[in-house]
Amino acid sequence: MGGHRLPACDPQTKKLDNNMSKEFTIRINGRDIPAQEGETVLDVARRSDIYIPALCHLKGLSPVGACRLCLVEVKGVSRLVPSCTTYVHEGLDVITDSEGIQKCRMVILQLLFSERNHTCSVCVSNGHCELQAIAENLGMNYVRYPYRFPALKVDASHEKYAIDHNRCVLCTRCVRVCKEVEGAHTLEIIGRGVHSLVLADLDGLWGESQTCTGCGKCVQVCPTGALFEKGKAVGQMKKRNEFLPYLMSMRSLNR
Amino acid sequence: MRKIRLATVWLDGCSGCHMSLLDVDERIIEFANRIEVLYSPLVDRKEFPDSVDLTLVEGAIASDEDLHRIHLIRERSKVLVALGDCAVTGNISGMRNSYPVNAVLQRAYAENAGTRNGLPQRGLPVLLQRCRPLHEVVPVDLHVPGCPPRADLIYAVLKAILEGHLPQNIHTRFG
Ligand code: SF4
Ligand code: SF4
Ligand code: SF4
Ligand code: FES
Repeated sequence: MGGHRLPACDPQTKKLDNNMSKEFTIRINGRDIPAQEGETVLDVARRSDIYIPALCHLKGLSPVGACRLCLVEVKGVSRLVPSCTTYVHEGLDVITDSEGIQKCRMVILQLLFSERNHTCSVCVSNGHCELQAIAENLGMNYVRYPYRFPALKVDASHEKYAIDHNRCVLCTRCVRVCKEVEGAHTLEIIGRGVHSLVLADLDGLWGESQTCTGCGKCVQVCPTGALFEKGKAVGQMKKRNEFLPYLMSMRSLNR
Repeated sequence: MRKIRLATVWLDGCSGCHMSLLDVDERIIEFANRIEVLYSPLVDRKEFPDSVDLTLVEGAIASDEDLHRIHLIRERSKVLVALGDCAVTGNISGMRNSYPVNAVLQRAYAENAGTRNGLPQRGLPVLLQRCRPLHEVVPVDLHVPGCPPRADLIYAVLKAILEGHLPQNIHTRFG
């Protein structure tokens, strides 16, 4: 995978000089598609209407390859690679949907559901959740791994928002938006493996955070019902993350 | 044509899945002369019949009684369908699983009790340590998620089964 990384543009600042960047053709599922240096396989697939499930990725935040749902096959590479962190280059030949990929994605998805407590029917994000939608798209109709049922808490100490660790998939979108866009870096993943938790100011209650500006960006980028606005009932929490592309385009104009 | 012998069962669920089954509305008439309902909360029979073609199970396995029943039901059913999120994932019924059974009972019958408090002594099935989805206990032939599954989906599933095939890819969401 390392060989495919072409740091032609900084993915965080997205300062991509379109006139200077190289254009070429790549192949996705046997189809020739024009692509540009600095784009990822996921970028190209998305604008070509090729569905690749992606959970931790969000345009405007640095790609981290945390969830592994976006795995694809690249010709000449023996293992699957995450399409959100694989940059395009001339001659790249990608398959996004083989039996092997489907199997892998299904395992990953089911592990995500079995790891914490996802009770969609009583979740604030029911009907608007990216994880739930991916499960629907991939046709997951049960989880074959035993559910862990961990006893996790809800931190509702913040004036406006709450975090329900039962629904968190550790995608780090909230951490990245808080650090990279808001510049507060209030949230961070603390602990390891299944014991990891998104916490404010290393281990404190969110409501007592000295660094949180209360901007709510973390809430709006969270793909699940883990972060939500207080006062929202079941199914009422619709996320509005349109601010990100807007901020990005303003930044690229240096405004 | 021989009628399909149908059973529907209500384990640890809220009966919402059965309500959704009834929401199939007048389309249920299409099934009337193809299906014979042998056993269900909606009919009178007390004992699960010896042999059933198709059993729809609502609810999770929460008590010793559920456990006993589901084994019997599996043995006597040709096709077993887990109907709804409680049967498929544990769902609401499974929310107690993060806590020990005693703590859950204390909470329900002592801490939150209004007039009479104290744990029930008689007449209630014993709760299992964990409330489990059907497939963790017996083999399940088809999972139909949803809380409850939409009536249209239940209709489509029944129709497909009457036409002689188990639907393979059900695209529907949990919740
Ligand atoms: S976060 Fe999404 S998948 Fe999890 S319970 Fe809520 S709606 Fe379901
Ligand atoms: S509200 Fe804003 S500052 Fe506070 S944790 Fe979320 S993103 Fe960071
Ligand atoms: S709280 Fe939401 S955005 Fe943050 S890691 Fe968990 S799921 Fe991702
Ligand atoms: S979207 Fe690519 S690894 Fe999560």
